[in-house]
Amino acid sequence: MEILAFGKTGWGDELFYATLMTLAVSITAMLIGFVFALIFTPLKLSKSKFLNLIGNCYTTVIRGVPELLVIYLFFFGGSGAIMYVASIFGYYEYIEINAFITGAFAIGIISGAYSTEVFRGAIQSIDKGQFEASKVLGIKKHIQFYKVVFPQMLRLAIPNLSNVWQITLKDTSLISVTGLVEIMRQSYIAAGSTRDPLFFYSFAAILYLILTFLSMKLINKLEIKYSRGY
Amino acid sequence: MDFELMIVSFPKLLNATLITLKLLSASLFFGLFIGLLFAILRINKNPIINKFAYGYSYVFRGTPLLVQIFIIYFGLGQIEYLRSTVLWVILKEPYWCAIIAFALNTGAYTSEILRSAFQTIKAGYIEAGKSLGISSKIIFYKIQIPIAIRQSLPAYGNEIILMLKGTSLASTVTLMDLTGVAKYIISTTFKPIEVFIVAGGIYLFMTFLIHNLIKFLEKKYSFNN
Repeated sequence: MEILAFGKTGWGDELFYATLMTLAVSITAMLIGFVFALIFTPLKLSKSKFLNLIGNCYTTVIRGVPELLVIYLFFFGGSGAIMYVASIFGYYEYIEINAFITGAFAIGIISGAYSTEVFRGAIQSIDKGQFEASKVLGIKKHIQFYKVVFPQMLRLAIPNLSNVWQITLKDTSLISVTGLVEIMRQSYIAAGSTRDPLFFYSFAAILYLILTFLSMKLINKLEIKYSRGY
Repeated sequence: MDFELMIVSFPKLLNATLITLKLLSASLFFGLFIGLLFAILRINKNPIINKFAYGYSYVFRGTPLLVQIFIIYFGLGQIEYLRSTVLWVILKEPYWCAIIAFALNTGAYTSEILRSAFQTIKAGYIEAGKSLGISSKIIFYKIQIPIAIRQSLPAYGNEIILMLKGTSLASTVTLMDLTGVAKYIISTTFKPIEVFIVAGGIYLFMTFLIHNLIKFLEKKYSFNN
């Protein structure tokens, strides 16, 4: 247990902060994913074939390509792309993007593809009559979305979103290849300097288990809250 | 766009695809056995046995695959005792470590898929078998297992695709699979987009094939015809 002590003698505080970092990246990635999902879900549900194609391309490509490959694309290509955009505006200095932003963005795009599928499924399983009823009542399109579709979509989507959260949380371990100090990276550092990889990687596994266990408990509560009346 | 690089790197990446496919087929093969074994343990009525099987699938589904590979590849080598046994011949090879980790991981997911398939088999089928005087062993092998396999085909198809993507993690333990070679080319040429298009295209093509194969099998073994 000494090896896990807080302070300079052990790895306790480092691993604690690393766990917070994992949580921070996961939550940021999940939120970025929601933004992508809000853009691409309407495209997938749209009547236009062309918009459908764009939506399908996003979900198919991202869900069919390994997460690690996407992370490498962002890690090696991220600052190049930003610098290219900056050069259009007349800025030619070297720009380095922070590992947190690259990582959260890469995982966010992946998480967004899964969220898009979840939202699409949830909207499609809302009874057609609901749309017709709100049309008959003369409710405007955007109010129909906020007051009728969205609350129901949320209820239907929560169980599947909890899967997306689990996937996202586990995917953040891959960001360790870019050097962001989250659980995996910190364990790698600790394992290297103490020559005790078995202990530290097992401990990392336990940390992930605790995170998944606690988040499942929390999501179950949300699920109960949003399914009141059903 | 550097088309020349794309053309030059294509055969290299295709070559690496072979390792990806080897890893995938080996881990699916062992994973299927592990999955079937643990699914049978899960539906066992003894609480200790099914809790054990549940614990296995919980741990492997609740932790990232990367941690599992690192524990097996970096961690197990640390145990002095293991180094002196025959197992060390396997465990010192990153190739076999990756396969062990993948097989255990996909085994956990497969066991969940098969378990839910076993539990959704209509009681009538088993009762029909019983009333025909078929022994419970043969009911299990000839009725329950074939139906469970058919039921779990769509979910298992997804699992194969997830595993295909999972094999990319082999590149973290020095194996030069498709992702490993792609990373090597990216880090030497600094042309991430071109390499991503080629390597991603190969992955997508494989996903497409798997998807259609499963669709074909589903049609072939559907109950309706």
